[in-house]
Amino acid sequence: MQVLPNITIEHYLSLSAVLFCLGLFGMMFRKNAIIIFMCVELMLNAVNLALVAFSKIHGDTDGQIFVFFIMVVAAAEVAVGLAILMMLYRNMHTTDTDELNSLKG
Amino acid sequence: MLTEYAFWLLSFIAVFSGMAVIISKNPVYSVLYLIMTFFSIAGHYFLMNAQFLAAVHIIVYAGAIMVLFLYVIMMLNLNNIETEKRHNIIKLLAVSAAGLLLLVLSGAVQKADEIAVSGQVGAAGMVENLGIALYRNYLLPFELASVLFLAAMVGAVYLSKKNLNETQSA
Repeated sequence: MQVLPNITIEHYLSLSAVLFCLGLFGMMFRKNAIIIFMCVELMLNAVNLALVAFSKIHGDTDGQIFVFFIMVVAAAEVAVGLAILMMLYRNMHTTDTDELNSLKG
Repeated sequence: MLTEYAFWLLSFIAVFSGMAVIISKNPVYSVLYLIMTFFSIAGHYFLMNAQFLAAVHIIVYAGAIMVLFLYVIMMLNLNNIETEKRHNIIKLLAVSAAGLLLLVLSGAVQKADEIAVSGQVGAAGMVENLGIALYRNYLLPFELASVLFLAAMVGAVYLSKKNLNETQSA
């Protein structure tokens, strides 16, 4: 007798959707720019999970190659983003996104 | 059987620590919870027989990116408990927007075909196959990625220089 159902693509896609929405929620909910960066990472990872699941059911490497390139872009994004954040903190002494409003017209 | 239990355990850990990232007041705790999420996602990659990707994921995310986050938080001395207050209307909008997106996505996922993931055998995630695909079919994007890294590196170094105006005039 089977206690738990088999793991289908639906389970992985649901998990991916939940993680993506958590990241989106955090991006809108928090004010600290560093936490917002972390939420972007969470969303990228949710997409990676869905891509790996698709790659698994098709028995194809292309999805996993795409995950590699997403990781590359995420690493570059974090390096530049954190440098910008350091710069902002040095000049404005805050990472609160509500106070970093000098760009509004 | 074991993979089903592992899937639910890892999913629970991932969602729980994902929520903890958003909820915790101290940014250092957020980073640690995010590392926990990344480890559980790496466990999912192992379950899906993508061993190389799991190893790379742990090395790149837990090893490099999160260390960078911790460095910046410690350097800027942000590890104090912040008392941030959002307007209630923004909180409501955030909850409703994320909830509606989740509703739409889960509605779309319900239509997915019942394809078992754990039952399939495939060597797609092995180093050999990935290497062949990466260096044969995706050589140009691979090289372009290195250019992107170089640009990001130069940009990060340039941005974090102390006083741009003084160094330019000197």
